[in-house]
Amino acid sequence: MLREITLGQYYPSDSVIHRLDPRVKLFGTLLYVISLFTFRNVVGFAIATVFLAAMIAISRVPFGFMVKGLRMIVIVLLITALFNLFLTPGKLVVEFWIFHITEEGIASAVKMAVRLIYLILGTSLMTLTTTPNQLTDGMEKALGFLRFLKVPVHEIAMMMSIALRFIPILVEETDKIMKAQIARGADFETGNIFKKAKAMVPLLVPLFISAFRRANDLALAMEARCYHGGEGRTKMKPLRYQKRDAAAYGVVIVYFALLIVVRIWL
Amino acid sequence: MSIILDKVNFTYSPGNAYEKHAIRDISLKINDGQFIGIIGHTGSGKSTLIQHLNGLVRAQSGAIYYNGEDIYDRDYDMKKLRQKVGLVFQYPEHQLFETTIFKDVCFGPQNQGLEPKEAELRAFSALRTVGLPEKLWYQSPFELSGGQKRRVAIAGVLAMEPEVMILDEPTAGLDPRGRDEILEQLARMHRELKITIILVSHSMEDVANYVERLIVMNQGQVMLDGTPRQVFAYYRELEAVGLSAPQVTYLMHELRQKGLAVDADATTLEEAKASILRALKERR
Repeated sequence: MLREITLGQYYPSDSVIHRLDPRVKLFGTLLYVISLFTFRNVVGFAIATVFLAAMIAISRVPFGFMVKGLRMIVIVLLITALFNLFLTPGKLVVEFWIFHITEEGIASAVKMAVRLIYLILGTSLMTLTTTPNQLTDGMEKALGFLRFLKVPVHEIAMMMSIALRFIPILVEETDKIMKAQIARGADFETGNIFKKAKAMVPLLVPLFISAFRRANDLALAMEARCYHGGEGRTKMKPLRYQKRDAAAYGVVIVYFALLIVVRIWL
Repeated sequence: MSIILDKVNFTYSPGNAYEKHAIRDISLKINDGQFIGIIGHTGSGKSTLIQHLNGLVRAQSGAIYYNGEDIYDRDYDMKKLRQKVGLVFQYPEHQLFETTIFKDVCFGPQNQGLEPKEAELRAFSALRTVGLPEKLWYQSPFELSGGQKRRVAIAGVLAMEPEVMILDEPTAGLDPRGRDEILEQLARMHRELKITIILVSHSMEDVANYVERLIVMNQGQVMLDGTPRQVFAYYRELEAVGLSAPQVTYLMHELRQKGLAVDADATTLEEAKASILRALKERR
Protein backbone atom coordinates (compact mmCIF):
# COMPACT_ATOMS: atom_id res chain seq x y z
CA MET A 1 0.00 0.00 0.00
CA LEU A 2 2.66 2.45 1.03
CA ARG A 3 5.53 0.83 -0.76
CA GLU A 4 5.52 3.71 -3.24
CA ILE A 5 7.49 5.97 -0.91
CA THR A 6 10.99 5.96 -2.28
CA LEU A 7 12.39 9.03 -0.56
CA GLY A 8 15.73 8.18 1.00
CA GLN A 9 15.51 4.58 -0.08
CA TYR A 10 18.39 2.56 -1.46
CA TYR A 11 18.00 0.68 -4.72
CA PRO A 12 20.43 -2.23 -4.99
CA SER A 13 22.12 -2.50 -8.37
CA ASP A 14 25.62 -2.86 -9.72
CA SER A 15 26.52 0.30 -11.60
CA VAL A 16 29.45 2.70 -11.77
CA ILE A 17 27.47 5.24 -9.79
CA HIS A 18 26.74 2.71 -7.04
CA ARG A 19 30.45 1.99 -6.71
CA LEU A 20 31.58 5.62 -6.58
CA ASP A 21 33.01 7.03 -3.38
CA PRO A 22 30.11 8.63 -1.46
CA ARG A 23 32.11 11.86 -1.16
CA VAL A 24 32.10 12.22 -4.94
CA LYS A 25 28.37 11.71 -5.00
CA LEU A 26 27.81 14.23 -2.22
CA PHE A 27 29.99 16.82 -3.90
CA GLY A 28 28.44 16.09 -7.28
CA THR A 29 24.93 16.43 -5.90
CA LEU A 30 25.82 19.72 -4.25
CA LEU A 31 27.24 21.14 -7.48
CA TYR A 32 24.27 19.80 -9.39
CA VAL A 33 21.81 21.49 -7.03
CA ILE A 34 23.66 24.80 -7.33
CA SER A 35 23.83 24.41 -11.10
CA LEU A 36 20.05 24.08 -11.30
CA PHE A 37 19.70 27.65 -10.12
CA THR A 38 22.33 29.12 -12.41
CA PHE A 39 20.77 28.66 -15.84
CA ARG A 40 18.22 31.07 -17.22
CA ASN A 41 17.79 29.91 -20.79
CA VAL A 42 17.01 26.85 -22.86
CA VAL A 43 20.66 25.92 -23.49
CA GLY A 44 21.41 25.60 -19.78
CA PHE A 45 18.21 23.68 -19.31
CA ALA A 46 19.17 21.29 -22.09
CA ILE A 47 22.62 20.68 -20.60
CA ALA A 48 21.11 19.90 -17.18
CA THR A 49 18.58 17.56 -18.80
CA VAL A 50 21.26 15.66 -20.69
CA PHE A 51 23.42 15.40 -17.58
CA LEU A 52 20.57 14.15 -15.41
CA ALA A 53 19.34 11.70 -18.06
CA ALA A 54 22.87 10.34 -18.51
CA MET A 55 23.33 9.85 -14.78
CA ILE A 56 19.98 8.07 -14.43
CA ALA A 57 20.82 5.84 -17.37
CA ILE A 58 24.24 4.96 -15.96
CA SER A 59 22.84 4.28 -12.49
CA ARG A 60 20.55 1.50 -13.80
CA VAL A 61 17.81 2.52 -11.40
CA PRO A 62 14.52 2.08 -13.29
CA PHE A 63 13.12 5.49 -14.18
CA GLY A 64 9.64 4.48 -13.04
CA PHE A 65 11.04 3.74 -9.61
CA MET A 66 12.52 7.23 -9.37
CA VAL A 67 9.41 8.99 -10.56
CA LYS A 68 7.41 7.37 -7.77
CA GLY A 69 9.33 9.56 -5.35
CA LEU A 70 8.02 12.64 -7.14
CA ARG A 71 4.47 11.89 -6.12
CA MET A 72 5.20 13.09 -2.62
CA ILE A 73 6.07 16.59 -3.72
CA VAL A 74 3.23 17.15 -6.14
CA ILE A 75 1.47 19.52 -3.73
CA VAL A 76 4.59 21.57 -3.01
CA LEU A 77 5.18 21.70 -6.74
CA LEU A 78 1.65 22.90 -7.45
CA ILE A 79 1.76 25.62 -4.80
CA THR A 80 5.10 26.93 -6.01
CA ALA A 81 3.99 26.93 -9.62
CA LEU A 82 0.70 28.66 -8.82
CA PHE A 83 2.36 31.37 -6.75
CA ASN A 84 4.81 32.04 -9.54
CA LEU A 85 2.05 31.98 -12.09
CA PHE A 86 -0.24 34.49 -10.42
CA LEU A 87 2.07 36.73 -8.46
CA THR A 88 4.74 37.69 -10.99
CA PRO A 89 4.27 41.21 -12.36
CA GLY A 90 4.86 41.83 -16.06
CA LYS A 91 3.11 41.71 -19.43
CA LEU A 92 -0.52 40.60 -19.04
CA VAL A 93 -1.71 37.53 -20.91
CA VAL A 94 -4.97 36.60 -19.24
CA GLU A 95 -6.96 38.40 -16.58
CA PHE A 96 -10.06 37.30 -14.73
CA TRP A 97 -11.56 38.44 -11.42
CA ILE A 98 -8.53 39.04 -9.14
CA PHE A 99 -6.11 36.83 -11.04
CA HIS A 100 -3.54 38.13 -13.49
CA ILE A 101 -1.41 35.79 -15.54
CA THR A 102 1.64 37.37 -17.10
CA GLU A 103 4.20 36.12 -19.60
CA GLU A 104 6.90 36.34 -16.98
CA GLY A 105 4.66 34.47 -14.60
CA ILE A 106 4.24 31.53 -16.97
CA ALA A 107 7.96 31.43 -17.66
CA SER A 108 8.95 31.46 -14.02
CA ALA A 109 6.30 28.92 -13.06
CA VAL A 110 7.58 26.47 -15.66
CA LYS A 111 11.20 27.10 -14.68
CA MET A 112 10.46 26.64 -11.01
CA ALA A 113 8.54 23.41 -11.61
CA VAL A 114 11.32 22.00 -13.76
CA ARG A 115 13.95 22.98 -11.21
CA LEU A 116 12.07 21.36 -8.37
CA ILE A 117 11.52 18.15 -10.32
CA TYR A 118 15.19 18.02 -11.32
CA LEU A 119 16.18 18.78 -7.75
CA ILE A 120 14.20 15.83 -6.39
CA LEU A 121 15.31 13.48 -9.17
CA GLY A 122 18.95 14.39 -8.76
CA THR A 123 19.08 14.15 -5.00
CA SER A 124 17.04 10.94 -4.91
CA LEU A 125 19.50 9.50 -7.42
CA MET A 126 22.16 9.99 -4.77
CA THR A 127 20.19 8.26 -2.00
CA LEU A 128 19.05 5.51 -4.36
CA THR A 129 22.61 4.62 -5.27
CA THR A 130 24.23 5.09 -1.87
CA THR A 131 23.50 3.02 1.21
CA PRO A 132 22.81 5.05 4.35
CA ASN A 133 26.05 3.72 5.82
CA GLN A 134 28.13 4.94 2.90
CA LEU A 135 26.36 8.26 2.97
CA THR A 136 27.18 8.77 6.62
CA ASP A 137 30.80 7.76 6.12
CA GLY A 138 31.07 10.17 3.23
CA MET A 139 29.53 13.07 5.12
CA GLU A 140 31.62 12.43 8.16
CA LYS A 141 34.82 12.41 6.18
CA ALA A 142 33.94 15.29 3.89
CA LEU A 143 32.87 17.53 6.76
CA GLY A 144 35.60 16.33 9.11
CA PHE A 145 37.29 19.73 9.06
CA LEU A 146 34.32 21.19 10.96
CA ARG A 147 35.45 19.24 14.01
CA PHE A 148 37.97 21.97 14.67
CA LEU A 149 35.07 24.38 15.06
CA LYS A 150 33.64 22.06 17.74
CA VAL A 151 30.86 20.83 15.43
CA PRO A 152 29.82 17.28 16.44
CA VAL A 153 30.27 15.93 12.91
CA HIS A 154 30.16 12.26 13.77
CA GLU A 155 27.03 12.61 15.89
CA ILE A 156 25.21 14.56 13.19
CA ALA A 157 26.19 12.01 10.56
CA MET A 158 25.07 9.17 12.80
CA MET A 159 21.71 10.81 13.45
CA MET A 160 21.21 11.33 9.76
CA SER A 161 21.99 7.76 8.83
CA ILE A 162 19.69 6.44 11.54
CA ALA A 163 16.91 8.70 10.31
CA LEU A 164 17.42 7.49 6.73
CA ARG A 165 17.59 3.88 7.84
CA PHE A 166 14.32 4.24 9.70
CA ILE A 167 12.29 5.56 6.77
CA PRO A 168 11.69 2.20 5.10
CA ILE A 169 11.19 0.50 8.47
CA LEU A 170 8.50 2.94 9.52
CA VAL A 171 6.88 2.82 6.10
CA GLU A 172 6.60 -0.93 6.40
CA GLU A 173 5.28 -0.58 9.92
CA THR A 174 2.65 1.92 8.77
CA ASP A 175 1.60 -0.53 6.09
CA LYS A 176 1.15 -3.30 8.64
CA ILE A 177 -0.78 -1.09 11.06
CA MET A 178 -3.05 0.11 8.27
CA LYS A 179 -3.79 -3.45 7.29
CA ALA A 180 -4.49 -4.46 10.88
CA GLN A 181 -6.94 -1.59 11.28
CA ILE A 182 -8.57 -2.09 7.90
CA ALA A 183 -9.14 -5.70 8.95
CA ARG A 184 -11.09 -4.25 11.88
CA GLY A 185 -13.22 -2.18 9.56
CA ALA A 186 -11.26 1.09 9.69
CA ASP A 187 -11.73 3.33 6.68
CA PHE A 188 -8.87 5.63 5.66
CA GLU A 189 -10.19 6.67 2.30
CA THR A 190 -13.71 8.02 2.41
CA GLY A 191 -15.22 10.99 4.25
CA ASN A 192 -14.40 14.66 4.52
CA ILE A 193 -11.12 16.04 5.83
CA PHE A 194 -12.19 15.98 9.50
CA LYS A 195 -13.38 12.42 9.24
CA LYS A 196 -10.14 11.46 7.55
CA ALA A 197 -8.07 13.19 10.21
CA LYS A 198 -9.99 11.35 12.89
CA ALA A 199 -9.49 8.08 11.05
CA MET A 200 -5.72 8.60 11.34
CA VAL A 201 -5.76 8.21 15.13
CA PRO A 202 -5.87 4.39 15.06
CA LEU A 203 -2.90 4.55 12.71
CA LEU A 204 -0.79 7.20 14.40
CA VAL A 205 -1.01 5.96 17.98
CA PRO A 206 0.45 2.51 17.29
CA LEU A 207 2.97 4.05 14.89
CA PHE A 208 4.30 6.52 17.46
CA ILE A 209 4.44 3.89 20.14
CA SER A 210 6.36 1.56 17.90
CA ALA A 211 8.73 4.33 16.77
CA PHE A 212 9.56 5.21 20.37
CA ARG A 213 10.00 1.55 21.24
CA ARG A 214 12.35 1.04 18.31
CA ALA A 215 14.36 4.14 19.19
CA ASN A 216 14.66 2.89 22.74
CA ASP A 217 15.77 -0.56 21.64
CA LEU A 218 18.31 0.89 19.24
CA ALA A 219 19.79 3.17 21.91
CA LEU A 220 20.07 0.22 24.26
CA ALA A 221 21.69 -1.96 21.61
CA MET A 222 24.21 0.78 20.80
CA GLU A 223 25.10 1.25 24.44
CA ALA A 224 25.40 -2.49 24.94
CA ARG A 225 28.11 -2.40 22.26
CA CYS A 226 29.90 0.43 24.02
CA TYR A 227 29.04 3.08 21.48
CA HIS A 228 30.33 6.39 22.78
CA GLY A 229 30.49 8.67 19.76
CA GLY A 230 33.14 9.20 17.14
CA GLU A 231 36.26 9.60 19.22
CA GLY A 232 38.85 6.95 18.55
CA ARG A 233 36.45 5.00 16.37
CA THR A 234 37.98 3.21 13.40
CA LYS A 235 36.28 1.97 10.26
CA MET A 236 36.09 -1.53 8.87
CA LYS A 237 35.99 -0.16 5.34
CA PRO A 238 37.78 3.20 5.34
CA LEU A 239 37.01 5.40 2.33
CA ARG A 240 39.75 5.60 -0.27
CA TYR A 241 39.57 7.37 -3.62
CA GLN A 242 39.89 5.20 -6.73
CA LYS A 243 40.67 6.22 -10.28
CA ARG A 244 36.99 6.26 -11.21
CA ASP A 245 36.35 8.79 -8.45
CA ALA A 246 38.81 11.23 -9.98
CA ALA A 247 37.12 10.77 -13.35
CA ALA A 248 33.73 11.40 -11.78
CA TYR A 249 34.99 14.59 -10.15
CA GLY A 250 36.16 15.64 -13.59
CA VAL A 251 32.79 14.97 -15.20
CA VAL A 252 30.92 16.93 -12.54
CA ILE A 253 33.28 19.89 -12.71
CA VAL A 254 33.15 20.01 -16.50
CA TYR A 255 29.36 19.97 -16.33
CA PHE A 256 29.33 22.80 -13.82
CA ALA A 257 31.86 24.88 -15.74
CA LEU A 258 29.81 24.42 -18.88
CA LEU A 259 26.72 25.80 -17.19
CA ILE A 260 28.66 28.78 -15.81
CA VAL A 261 30.00 29.51 -19.28
CA VAL A 262 26.49 29.32 -20.72
CA ARG A 263 25.25 31.66 -18.05
CA ILE A 264 27.93 34.26 -18.67
CA TRP A 265 28.10 34.23 -22.47
CA LEU A 266 24.65 33.24 -23.62
CA MET B 1 -20.29 -22.01 2.63
CA SER B 2 -16.59 -22.01 2.02
CA ILE B 3 -13.61 -20.10 0.74
CA ILE B 4 -12.24 -21.20 -2.59
CA LEU B 5 -8.94 -20.04 -4.08
CA ASP B 6 -8.33 -20.69 -7.73
CA LYS B 7 -4.75 -20.39 -9.05
CA VAL B 8 -3.91 -17.32 -7.02
CA ASN B 9 -0.63 -15.55 -7.77
CA PHE B 10 0.95 -12.59 -6.03
CA THR B 11 4.25 -10.78 -6.55
CA TYR B 12 5.59 -7.95 -4.43
CA SER B 13 7.06 -4.93 -6.28
CA PRO B 14 6.80 -6.48 -9.73
CA GLY B 15 9.37 -5.21 -12.18
CA ASN B 16 12.13 -3.91 -9.94
CA ALA B 17 14.99 -5.18 -7.80
CA TYR B 18 12.73 -5.83 -4.82
CA GLU B 19 10.52 -8.18 -6.84
CA LYS B 20 9.41 -11.21 -4.86
CA HIS B 21 7.05 -13.88 -6.07
CA ALA B 22 5.26 -14.51 -2.78
CA ILE B 23 2.65 -17.07 -3.77
CA ARG B 24 2.32 -19.13 -6.93
CA ASP B 25 -0.77 -20.80 -8.37
CA ILE B 26 -2.39 -21.59 -5.07
CA SER B 27 -5.68 -23.45 -5.25
CA LEU B 28 -7.43 -24.33 -2.01
CA LYS B 29 -10.84 -25.00 -0.61
CA ILE B 30 -11.50 -24.08 2.97
CA ASN B 31 -14.69 -25.64 4.33
CA ASP B 32 -16.90 -24.19 7.00
CA GLY B 33 -16.18 -24.96 10.61
CA GLN B 34 -12.73 -26.46 10.07
CA PHE B 35 -9.81 -25.85 12.37
CA ILE B 36 -6.91 -25.43 10.01
CA GLY B 37 -3.20 -24.89 10.54
CA ILE B 38 -1.03 -23.25 7.90
CA ILE B 39 2.61 -24.04 8.41
CA GLY B 40 5.64 -22.78 6.61
CA HIS B 41 9.08 -21.36 7.00
CA THR B 42 9.64 -17.59 7.17
CA GLY B 43 9.11 -16.28 3.65
CA SER B 44 7.10 -19.26 2.48
CA GLY B 45 4.19 -16.98 1.62
CA LYS B 46 1.83 -17.94 4.42
CA SER B 47 1.27 -14.38 5.66
CA THR B 48 0.67 -13.17 2.11
CA LEU B 49 -1.76 -16.00 1.52
CA ILE B 50 -3.96 -15.18 4.50
CA GLN B 51 -4.07 -11.50 3.56
CA HIS B 52 -5.75 -12.56 0.34
CA LEU B 53 -8.55 -14.27 2.21
CA ASN B 54 -10.05 -11.00 3.43
CA GLY B 55 -9.08 -8.91 0.45
CA LEU B 56 -6.26 -6.89 2.06
CA VAL B 57 -3.95 -7.93 -0.74
CA ARG B 58 -5.24 -8.28 -4.27
CA ALA B 59 -4.00 -11.20 -6.31
CA GLN B 60 -2.44 -10.36 -9.67
CA SER B 61 -4.05 -13.39 -11.21
CA GLY B 62 -6.50 -16.03 -10.07
CA ALA B 63 -9.82 -15.83 -8.32
CA ILE B 64 -11.13 -16.08 -4.78
CA TYR B 65 -14.70 -17.01 -3.93
CA TYR B 66 -16.29 -16.47 -0.56
CA ASN B 67 -19.56 -18.39 -0.17
CA GLY B 68 -19.78 -18.67 -3.91
CA GLU B 69 -19.25 -14.98 -4.64
CA ASP B 70 -16.20 -13.66 -6.46
CA ILE B 71 -14.57 -11.17 -4.08
CA TYR B 72 -12.89 -9.35 -6.97
CA ASP B 73 -16.26 -8.47 -8.51
CA ARG B 74 -16.54 -4.73 -8.90
CA ASP B 75 -19.62 -4.39 -6.71
CA TYR B 76 -18.49 -6.89 -4.08
CA ASP B 77 -18.65 -5.35 -0.61
CA MET B 78 -15.09 -5.67 0.76
CA LYS B 79 -16.06 -4.17 4.08
CA LYS B 80 -18.58 -6.92 4.60
CA LEU B 81 -15.96 -9.53 3.67
CA ARG B 82 -13.53 -8.13 6.23
CA GLN B 83 -16.20 -8.41 8.88
CA LYS B 84 -16.96 -12.02 7.93
CA VAL B 85 -13.31 -13.02 7.66
CA GLY B 86 -11.55 -11.65 10.74
CA LEU B 87 -7.78 -11.40 10.61
CA VAL B 88 -5.62 -11.03 13.71
CA PHE B 89 -2.09 -9.95 12.89
CA GLN B 90 1.04 -11.19 14.56
CA TYR B 91 1.81 -8.11 16.62
CA PRO B 92 -1.05 -6.85 18.81
CA GLU B 93 0.97 -3.61 19.10
CA HIS B 94 -0.08 -2.90 15.52
CA GLN B 95 -3.72 -2.53 16.35
CA LEU B 96 -4.09 -1.39 19.97
CA PHE B 97 -4.58 2.37 20.17
CA GLU B 98 -7.46 3.29 22.47
CA THR B 99 -7.21 4.61 26.01
CA THR B 100 -8.88 1.56 27.50
CA ILE B 101 -9.05 -2.07 26.50
CA PHE B 102 -12.82 -2.02 26.39
CA LYS B 103 -12.93 0.93 24.00
CA ASP B 104 -10.33 -0.73 21.82
CA VAL B 105 -12.43 -3.87 21.45
CA CYS B 106 -15.42 -1.66 20.57
CA PHE B 107 -13.53 -0.21 17.58
CA GLY B 108 -14.35 -3.07 15.20
CA PRO B 109 -18.10 -3.30 15.91
CA GLN B 110 -18.38 0.50 15.79
CA ASN B 111 -16.86 0.50 12.32
CA GLN B 112 -19.58 -1.91 11.29
CA GLY B 113 -22.04 0.86 12.04
CA LEU B 114 -23.56 -0.70 15.13
CA GLU B 115 -25.20 1.36 17.87
CA PRO B 116 -22.84 2.12 20.78
CA LYS B 117 -24.89 -0.12 23.08
CA GLU B 118 -24.74 -3.03 20.67
CA ALA B 119 -21.00 -2.52 20.11
CA GLU B 120 -20.39 -2.53 23.86
CA LEU B 121 -22.40 -5.69 24.21
CA ARG B 122 -20.27 -7.36 21.54
CA ALA B 123 -17.08 -6.15 23.20
CA PHE B 124 -18.33 -7.48 26.51
CA SER B 125 -18.95 -10.98 25.24
CA ALA B 126 -15.74 -11.01 23.16
CA LEU B 127 -13.60 -10.09 26.16
CA ARG B 128 -15.43 -12.77 28.18
CA THR B 129 -14.74 -15.35 25.49
CA VAL B 130 -10.99 -14.68 25.38
CA GLY B 131 -10.92 -14.87 29.16
CA LEU B 132 -9.41 -11.54 30.05
CA PRO B 133 -10.00 -10.78 33.77
CA GLU B 134 -12.68 -8.12 34.17
CA LYS B 135 -10.57 -5.93 36.43
CA LEU B 136 -8.26 -5.20 33.48
CA TRP B 137 -10.97 -4.05 31.09
CA TYR B 138 -10.70 -0.35 31.81
CA GLN B 139 -6.91 -0.18 31.88
CA SER B 140 -4.72 1.04 29.07
CA PRO B 141 -3.95 -1.78 26.62
CA PHE B 142 -0.29 -0.77 26.71
CA GLU B 143 0.14 -1.88 30.31
CA LEU B 144 -0.67 -5.50 29.59
CA SER B 145 1.67 -8.46 29.23
CA GLY B 146 2.35 -9.95 25.80
CA GLY B 147 -0.16 -12.77 26.21
CA GLN B 148 -2.85 -10.43 27.49
CA LYS B 149 -2.31 -7.99 24.62
CA ARG B 150 -2.78 -10.85 22.23
CA ARG B 151 -6.06 -11.74 23.88
CA VAL B 152 -7.25 -8.17 23.52
CA ALA B 153 -6.27 -8.19 19.85
CA ILE B 154 -8.18 -11.45 19.33
CA ALA B 155 -11.19 -10.01 21.18
CA GLY B 156 -11.01 -6.92 18.96
CA VAL B 157 -11.60 -9.10 15.90
CA LEU B 158 -13.94 -11.53 17.61
CA ALA B 159 -16.25 -8.66 18.57
CA MET B 160 -17.03 -8.22 14.88
CA GLU B 161 -18.56 -11.72 15.01
CA PRO B 162 -16.69 -13.18 12.05
CA GLU B 163 -17.56 -16.50 10.43
CA VAL B 164 -13.90 -17.23 9.74
CA MET B 165 -11.09 -16.19 12.02
CA ILE B 166 -7.50 -16.15 10.83
CA LEU B 167 -4.65 -15.72 13.28
CA ASP B 168 -1.09 -14.98 12.16
CA GLU B 169 1.38 -16.53 14.59
CA PRO B 170 -0.78 -15.98 17.66
CA THR B 171 1.74 -17.71 19.89
CA ALA B 172 4.97 -16.05 18.73
CA GLY B 173 6.99 -14.64 21.58
CA LEU B 174 4.89 -16.24 24.31
CA ASP B 175 6.19 -18.60 26.98
CA PRO B 176 4.96 -22.23 26.82
CA ARG B 177 2.20 -21.56 29.32
CA GLY B 178 0.92 -18.45 27.55
CA ARG B 179 1.08 -20.38 24.29
CA ASP B 180 -0.99 -23.28 25.60
CA GLU B 181 -3.53 -20.91 27.11
CA ILE B 182 -4.07 -19.08 23.83
CA LEU B 183 -4.33 -22.31 21.86
CA GLU B 184 -6.78 -23.81 24.37
CA GLN B 185 -8.81 -20.64 24.11
CA LEU B 186 -8.91 -20.90 20.32
CA ALA B 187 -9.92 -24.55 20.46
CA ARG B 188 -12.75 -23.65 22.82
CA MET B 189 -13.86 -20.80 20.53
CA HIS B 190 -13.89 -23.23 17.63
CA ARG B 191 -16.06 -25.70 19.59
CA GLU B 192 -18.46 -23.23 21.12
CA LEU B 193 -18.87 -20.55 18.48
CA LYS B 194 -18.67 -23.02 15.57
CA ILE B 195 -16.47 -20.70 13.50
CA THR B 196 -13.74 -21.64 11.07
CA ILE B 197 -10.32 -21.01 12.53
CA ILE B 198 -7.15 -20.74 10.49
CA LEU B 199 -3.99 -20.75 12.51
CA VAL B 200 -0.72 -19.66 10.93
CA SER B 201 2.43 -20.85 12.58
CA HIS B 202 5.96 -21.99 11.91
CA SER B 203 5.91 -24.47 14.74
CA MET B 204 4.50 -27.94 14.15
CA GLU B 205 4.41 -28.64 17.84
CA ASP B 206 1.95 -25.81 18.35
CA VAL B 207 -0.64 -26.84 15.88
CA ALA B 208 -0.40 -30.63 15.82
CA ASN B 209 -2.53 -31.04 18.93
CA TYR B 210 -5.32 -28.76 17.86
CA VAL B 211 -5.96 -28.63 14.15
CA GLU B 212 -7.86 -31.11 12.03
CA ARG B 213 -6.22 -30.10 8.78
CA LEU B 214 -2.67 -28.97 8.05
CA ILE B 215 -1.53 -27.02 5.04
CA VAL B 216 2.23 -26.89 4.58
CA MET B 217 3.59 -24.03 2.49
CA ASN B 218 6.97 -23.92 0.85
CA GLN B 219 8.32 -21.25 -1.51
CA GLY B 220 4.89 -19.82 -2.21
CA GLN B 221 3.24 -23.14 -2.96
CA VAL B 222 1.19 -25.68 -1.08
CA MET B 223 3.53 -28.58 -0.41
CA LEU B 224 1.30 -30.83 1.70
CA ASP B 225 -2.35 -30.69 2.66
CA GLY B 226 -4.11 -33.17 4.92
CA THR B 227 -4.72 -34.27 8.48
CA PRO B 228 -1.75 -33.90 10.84
CA ARG B 229 -1.31 -37.66 10.73
CA GLN B 230 -1.04 -37.69 6.95
CA VAL B 231 1.27 -34.70 6.87
CA PHE B 232 3.69 -35.89 9.53
CA ALA B 233 4.11 -39.18 7.72
CA TYR B 234 6.23 -37.09 5.36
CA TYR B 235 8.53 -35.98 8.14
CA ARG B 236 11.65 -36.50 6.07
CA GLU B 237 10.37 -34.23 3.31
CA LEU B 238 9.41 -31.65 5.92
CA GLU B 239 12.94 -31.69 7.26
CA ALA B 240 14.29 -31.09 3.79
CA VAL B 241 12.49 -27.74 3.65
CA GLY B 242 13.57 -26.67 7.12
CA LEU B 243 10.48 -27.73 9.03
CA SER B 244 10.27 -30.56 11.50
CA ALA B 245 7.55 -32.87 12.67
CA PRO B 246 6.65 -32.84 16.37
CA GLN B 247 9.15 -34.57 18.64
CA VAL B 248 6.58 -37.29 19.29
CA THR B 249 6.77 -38.36 15.66
CA TYR B 250 10.53 -38.77 15.86
CA LEU B 251 10.25 -40.72 19.10
CA MET B 252 7.66 -43.08 17.67
CA HIS B 253 9.66 -43.75 14.52
CA GLU B 254 12.73 -44.39 16.64
CA LEU B 255 10.85 -46.83 18.87
CA ARG B 256 9.50 -48.65 15.86
CA GLN B 257 12.96 -49.08 14.45
CA LYS B 258 14.13 -50.51 17.75
CA GLY B 259 11.41 -53.15 17.43
CA LEU B 260 8.55 -51.85 19.55
CA ALA B 261 5.27 -52.18 17.66
CA VAL B 262 3.97 -48.66 18.22
CA ASP B 263 1.76 -46.59 15.96
CA ALA B 264 4.28 -44.37 14.20
CA ASP B 265 1.62 -41.95 13.01
CA ALA B 266 0.68 -40.73 16.46
CA THR B 267 0.85 -36.94 16.49
CA THR B 268 -0.10 -35.92 20.00
CA LEU B 269 1.40 -36.83 23.34
CA GLU B 270 -1.81 -38.53 24.44
CA GLU B 271 -1.97 -40.75 21.38
CA ALA B 272 1.68 -41.60 21.73
CA LYS B 273 1.32 -42.52 25.37
CA ALA B 274 -1.64 -44.80 24.66
CA SER B 275 0.17 -46.44 21.78
CA ILE B 276 3.37 -47.08 23.74
CA LEU B 277 1.49 -48.53 26.70
CA ARG B 278 -0.44 -50.80 24.37
CA ALA B 279 2.70 -51.96 22.65
CA LEU B 280 4.41 -52.71 25.97
CA LYS B 281 1.41 -54.67 27.20
CA GLU B 282 1.41 -56.81 24.08
CA ARG B 283 5.07 -57.50 24.51
CA ARG B 284 4.61 -59.04 27.93
